[in-house]
Amino acid sequence: MEHYYQPEIECASREQIKAWQDQRLVRQVQHVWDNVPYYRKKMEEKGLSPADVQSSDDLYKLPFLTKADLREAYPYGLMGVPLKDCVRIQSTSGTTGKRVVAFYTQADIDLWEDCCARAIMAAGGTNEDVCQVSYGYGLFTGGPGLNGGSHKVGCLTIPTSSGNTERQIMFIQDLSATILCCTPSYAAYIGETMKEMGLGPDDIPLKAGIFGAEAWSQEMRRDIENTLGIKAYDIYGLTELSGPGVSFECSAQTGMHINEDHFIAEIIDPETGEVLPEGSQGELVFTSITKKAFPLLRYRTRDICTLTREPCPCGRTHVKMTKPQGRTDDMLIIRGVNVFPSQIETVLLNHGYSANYQIMVDRVKNTDTLDVQVEMTPEMFTDNLGDVAARQKELVEGLRSMLGLTAKVTLVAPKSIVRSEGKAVRVIDKRKI
Amino acid sequence: MTVNQISVFLENKPGTLTTMTGLLAENGIDMRALSLAETNDFGIVRLIVDDVYKATTVLKDGGFIHSLTPVLAVLIPDEPGGLHKVLEVLTGAGVNVEYMYAFLGGGDVDHAYMIFRVQDTKTAGAALGAKGIKLVSQESIAQI
Repeated sequence: MEHYYQPEIECASREQIKAWQDQRLVRQVQHVWDNVPYYRKKMEEKGLSPADVQSSDDLYKLPFLTKADLREAYPYGLMGVPLKDCVRIQSTSGTTGKRVVAFYTQADIDLWEDCCARAIMAAGGTNEDVCQVSYGYGLFTGGPGLNGGSHKVGCLTIPTSSGNTERQIMFIQDLSATILCCTPSYAAYIGETMKEMGLGPDDIPLKAGIFGAEAWSQEMRRDIENTLGIKAYDIYGLTELSGPGVSFECSAQTGMHINEDHFIAEIIDPETGEVLPEGSQGELVFTSITKKAFPLLRYRTRDICTLTREPCPCGRTHVKMTKPQGRTDDMLIIRGVNVFPSQIETVLLNHGYSANYQIMVDRVKNTDTLDVQVEMTPEMFTDNLGDVAARQKELVEGLRSMLGLTAKVTLVAPKSIVRSEGKAVRVIDKRKI
Repeated sequence: MTVNQISVFLENKPGTLTTMTGLLAENGIDMRALSLAETNDFGIVRLIVDDVYKATTVLKDGGFIHSLTPVLAVLIPDEPGGLHKVLEVLTGAGVNVEYMYAFLGGGDVDHAYMIFRVQDTKTAGAALGAKGIKLVSQESIAQI
């Protein structure tokens, strides 16, 4: 049986959803115009005023916001309410530059937690469930978001946060956790540790997992599902928009429903900024229509994906997005295959290597070559040549299943890959085309 | 009784081994034994040295990844069948040898030394000891 947290919203008619979006967008544009001088200036530069936005059909007229804007306006420049009305901040990890700090009113927190509650119920969760939240707690949105959602559903919540894997497994066993929330790589690691402890899927009561905050493949989903004996659901979000729960997977597991009563999604051509028709692949852009403290309009996520409004067997009517296929700023085309460094990174991390790597692309005799150089780590190294070589081979297999093409893997000495102060140089493309 | 073997990861490019040996030379570390295993892409050099602590410290500071493995250093009479006898004992004790390598010790001309890498050093050491085969300790390695 399909469970819903807010069925009247999640299964509303398309007309109703459009009506909410029209009304809320108009209100939000006025709110931003009145309270966020940074964005008002952007609108004025385009000769726009709130009167130009009468419905969601006028959304395309509005200027975009990018990560660069967030950096420029850091920390308070995009706030929509006075600080005294805010109750929380959350922040990104800052791996791609300066941290993003997002502000929340109590109402913003509530709607975020509602979104997470929808995700938990879509994964089969009810107040009968025990939900272990193994996302990090703190500035990272993963732990607080799912924790709040779990409370709203009425699950017994185990706030383990991440780390101490054997204790995680002990809690799952001793307190009969039925739902696990964490990053997919951590779920895979919990599975590996269980194997090492001699435990199989029948030894734990888990039935579902809600995994997000990083890219993961269908192969990884199947592996996790088999190792833990669960159904694994994807969840998507950005700190800039609230956190996890902007969209989430349902029982159909064919894409993530975007919470359209809070966020309007568009797909644009990343080159021209033009809005693309439904079904096209392009950059995902979000407009937050209910959040007050950090109300971003037309925020470019840089995630590449596709939207579909085809009816979903789960009964939800909100638009579905595919798993992000990568980021706009770093796609490579190798032997005709789209390759994103993030995919390679995912595979490396899943295999226990560090995130210190470099991708060398070249063209030899009219064929593209892909060489992934990764630094050896003390944890991966043993005196046994066969073990090290076998791990290298596993990595080649992992890359093949993720990318659909064969890459060469070179293990290099630690610190031999040049470190950068800013964004790391991950790709060296020597092809002369 | 085991001795500590240092295994070092070497990227397969010109000069890596030289850099490592240079580092050991500069710091006055004396190598007792050395064996090299390699694939096309990388190699592992295995070392027995006089001062393990100092060697691992300078290797670490020099950016070399290494691991320590307890291995058996066995004194083998330099005579026909000397090695065979040791292997027979290990086989009899059900011990599998993962790899081994030989080295000559200082002024001692009657004996050769061999390093044995086995999973179960306790069983192997006890079996050899019971047959009167001599193992070399970490302390004596430093003094060879």
